[in-house]
Amino acid sequence: MIHNLIMRRGVHPDASKNTSELPTIRLESFAKVQIPMSMHIGAPCAPCASVGDQVSVGQKIGDSPAFMSAPIHASISGKVTAVKKVVSSSGSSVEVVEIESDGLNTIHDSVKPPVIESRADFIKAIRESGLVGLGGASFPTHVKMSPPPGKEPDILVINAAECEPFITADYRHILEHADEIIEGIISTMNWLGIPKTVIGIEDNKKDAAGLLRFQIGKSGASDSIRVKLLKTIYPQGAEKPLIFNTTGRKVPTGGLPHDVHVMVLNVATVRYVARYLKTGMPLVRKHLTIDGSAVARPCNVTAPIGSFIMDIVDQIGGVKQSPAKVIMGGPMMGVAMDRDNVGILKANNAILLFDANDAAIPEESPCIRCSKCIDVCPMNLMPTGIDAAARAKDLEDLVRFNTMDCIECGCCSYICPAKRYLVQGIRMGKQLLRDSEAKKKAAVKGEQ
Amino acid sequence: MNLKVSSSPHIRAFGTTGRVMLNVIAALIPALGVSTYFFGLRVLVVVSVTIASCVIFEYISRKIMKRDNTITDLSAVVTGLLLAFTLSPATPLWICVLGAFVAIVVAKQMFGGIGNNFVNPAILARIVLAVSFPVQIGSWKIASAPGAALSNFADSVSGADLISSATPLGMLASGSTELPTYLELFLGNRAGSLGEVSVIALLLGGIYLIARGLIKIWIPISFCIGTVIIVLLSGGDPMYHLISGGLILGAFFMATDYVTSPLTNPGKIIFGLGCGLITGLIRIYGNLPEGVAFSILIMNIVTPHIDKLTIPVPFGGGKKHAKQKA
Ligand code: SF4
Ligand code: SF4
Repeated sequence: MIHNLIMRRGVHPDASKNTSELPTIRLESFAKVQIPMSMHIGAPCAPCASVGDQVSVGQKIGDSPAFMSAPIHASISGKVTAVKKVVSSSGSSVEVVEIESDGLNTIHDSVKPPVIESRADFIKAIRESGLVGLGGASFPTHVKMSPPPGKEPDILVINAAECEPFITADYRHILEHADEIIEGIISTMNWLGIPKTVIGIEDNKKDAAGLLRFQIGKSGASDSIRVKLLKTIYPQGAEKPLIFNTTGRKVPTGGLPHDVHVMVLNVATVRYVARYLKTGMPLVRKHLTIDGSAVARPCNVTAPIGSFIMDIVDQIGGVKQSPAKVIMGGPMMGVAMDRDNVGILKANNAILLFDANDAAIPEESPCIRCSKCIDVCPMNLMPTGIDAAARAKDLEDLVRFNTMDCIECGCCSYICPAKRYLVQGIRMGKQLLRDSEAKKKAAVKGEQ
Repeated sequence: MNLKVSSSPHIRAFGTTGRVMLNVIAALIPALGVSTYFFGLRVLVVVSVTIASCVIFEYISRKIMKRDNTITDLSAVVTGLLLAFTLSPATPLWICVLGAFVAIVVAKQMFGGIGNNFVNPAILARIVLAVSFPVQIGSWKIASAPGAALSNFADSVSGADLISSATPLGMLASGSTELPTYLELFLGNRAGSLGEVSVIALLLGGIYLIARGLIKIWIPISFCIGTVIIVLLSGGDPMYHLISGGLILGAFFMATDYVTSPLTNPGKIIFGLGCGLITGLIRIYGNLPEGVAFSILIMNIVTPHIDKLTIPVPFGGGKKHAKQKA
């Protein structure tokens, strides 16, 4: 209780959870998918399918020898029509595999429940499943499950906060699959030897919390798994605030959850763990919310990974008007795309199409030093100071203002009455610091 | 297809700088009303002249400097209103215009306009006027009877029916025995600058701003505490000092000016205490009966340093913490 009182910085954007009452629609038939070989943090995969190959659902089409990576599987059955490099929306070049559907959605022979006898087997199975953090971070799950020695978690935190406006994919997940979520949690606890779990969920989703509690009771795990209602405030689901609000532990600056012996998994991630253990079907489909003012019929869908945004939207009723902004993710942290012909990724939990009105960006005016950005910053930073330092390219001040602690949650830009592009400025500041760090390292190397 | 690409977040809250200023103006309306009641329509003449000249100076200086027009953010209106609030209703209008020039052109636009000025424009203007034209600025007036100032239209507009009177602090300094009562001070039936007289109306506005989350309580509270400390130490009457003079106006509306006060809450407390202590010292030991404007000016100047000293410790402990761990 007391933690809720302490950690209450953030903002209250209009929730816009227009899709929370709509059951998830399963979309099956896509003529073509385009699957990028890098949908995770870490080394990109090398494609292991070539043009002309016949592939089926669940078949591995990309992998990497690196530990920090996650394999990629075909999400539909059909013929590989292209393996090529494309320039992504962010400007970097990524390899993609294109598959043309044969309309059959045949399942690959390799898809069968994994045999698990040890912790190592479990982590290996998770790697094979291609699972990454589904909350948006896309950190390979098996890496998270292999903390360095001495940093083993003693508590598992399940992120069910879903604090971004519009997105209801996790909420629907809970309503529709609470049983599998609890199964996944129990397997994870058992195989990794974690004694306790807290599920953190915002208190505007009491029905979902009740359902989870019911399933916990049913599985007889009431002693070890707890549901904790959290205040509804953005960014309640951000990792560091969430850990604090569920466990009272503070991840130190520059640290990771395992530094305070915590492992955080998204609620959808643990559900996929359960599915994979039961069926052996790797991560080839994704739940996501399709919403925004340009979408005719907002809803939740599950669609094959790599299916094109506009193909999905067309199947659920198309657009009301041509979108002026396409966002992968939520409105606070999502990424605006420069095109709409891209495939959905493993960690996408929403696609938002904004009409021209919503896409308009207000003009910046000078900071009036109202200190609102400071009041809302969940990391207790001074966003206006960082922004000014970044624009002045003042490295010393960037360090002094703890620029690197920013989690880019967007609260500061959201609240600013002067409409400053604070997050943009802060990202610039971070890049300046990284560049200078790299330069310093290069200089040290040169001397040696 | 022409898609807009921009940095997250993709939604913004409703508030704007203009709305903030509009709320400040609204919060000053009760005090303006009471002042008009006691001093007559002359008050509205002075206020209109300062506001109009502030807005015009803002418009012209932005034009000359080839910068975008900023009069719609309403900050010039707020400055004009606050400047008028520090003046006697009997102030000659040409002095009002001069004050607006100092506030907008010298204190604000020469430093780059809204957000970049480091002293409070209204405060600087008030001080420059007081030093340059001590006689005109110090001609304090009072109505012959409450409400009487509104009885004759022509006299009311020109202020001819007001009679000279010392301010409560002036009386205190000169050792007068006929001080106004607490109630008179609270309501505003006394000589003084046109905006400072009604404590109750100012508090109403201040509480409105605090309730709307537009200002925080830290500066006003610590300002009052600072003054009370000095008054108590010198054996004075703290209540009298709080509700006479410009302390409430200064503490709630001048010292809380965003641009020229510290960003963080601890910074605001230091700032407010500083203002309060200096005000008390000037009032009791200084040569002047009033010290609010000077104290705010001095604290405006140290604000950048207070900001540097009060950078918040980030959640997670910050860099120092991370290093200690390693
Ligand atoms: S919210 Fe905007 S205007 Fe207010 S202090 Fe922060 S950057 Fe400046
Ligand atoms: S500075 Fe960073 S962490 Fe703080 S509110 Fe802004 S985006 Fe969020």
